[in-house]
Amino acid sequence: MALDRELVGRSYPPSAVYEVGRAKIAEFATAIGSDDPVHRDVEAARAAGHPDVVAPPTFAIVVSLEAAMVVLQDPDVGIDYGRVVHGEQRFAHHRPIRAGDRLVATTTIDAARTVAGNDMLTARVDLATEDGEPVCTATSMLVARGIA
Amino acid sequence: MSVGAGSIEVGSELPEQVFRVTRADLVRYAGASGDFNPIHWNDRTATAVGLPGVIAHGMFTMALAGRAVTAWTGDPSAVVEQHVRFGRPVVVPDDDEGAEVTVRGKVGALLDDGRARVDLTVTSGGDKVLSLARAVVTLA
Repeated sequence: MALDRELVGRSYPPSAVYEVGRAKIAEFATAIGSDDPVHRDVEAARAAGHPDVVAPPTFAIVVSLEAAMVVLQDPDVGIDYGRVVHGEQRFAHHRPIRAGDRLVATTTIDAARTVAGNDMLTARVDLATEDGEPVCTATSMLVARGIA
Repeated sequence: MSVGAGSIEVGSELPEQVFRVTRADLVRYAGASGDFNPIHWNDRTATAVGLPGVIAHGMFTMALAGRAVTAWTGDPSAVVEQHVRFGRPVVVPDDDEGAEVTVRGKVGALLDDGRARVDLTVTSGGDKVLSLARAVVTLA
């Protein structure tokens, strides 16, 4: 089924608040093998000019990918999750994510097209604090491979 | 250590970084990221969907590319943009050696406001696994 171009620009209601914890940042930093103390040690982070420990740059995916998935649950999109692969990922950081952030994700469809039977959907997730301060724009291009 | 704006120019190279990725790393990343797709830990599922075997999370490879950049800048918060296109999967065998991911990079452009664009080449087993990999960093 070809994706409907009318989907472009569609936005979804904001997510529940995701509260960023120090332990989660440390766990993520360990998982990607980063030993930088700014991910674990509040004093080191403060010495580097941050109010609290900061997350590695790709940590935003922990919050944004689940938010992007709301698009796949939209009955008008009609993509089978089992066929979906991650085609492309982009982050624009307005400032580092840090412990204590209370983040809200708002998802918008930026592009939708069907090429050679493959559905390609670009979901933009704007991460902002509860108070509306922009933190990160995470854009995921998802590809649903056509059934041969 | 951080990279000063005065000391770099277009073509400046980042130190090459080689990362070893084992199944244990994928399990740990699955837990930390919340991405429990079985193609990243279960051979039966991976081969059933046509993959040669268990593959690394694309986002794990992106994170390693990010580490090569932050190791160079000396400051994780210097990365203001990152963009990758996933080309080929990183196949991770079920042994102690796992797979090797190599990240090379060089400065592709100097931008306004003391920023630079870094163009990365990310390979595993000689194959390019990210068909596009770029970062924009703020120079100290």
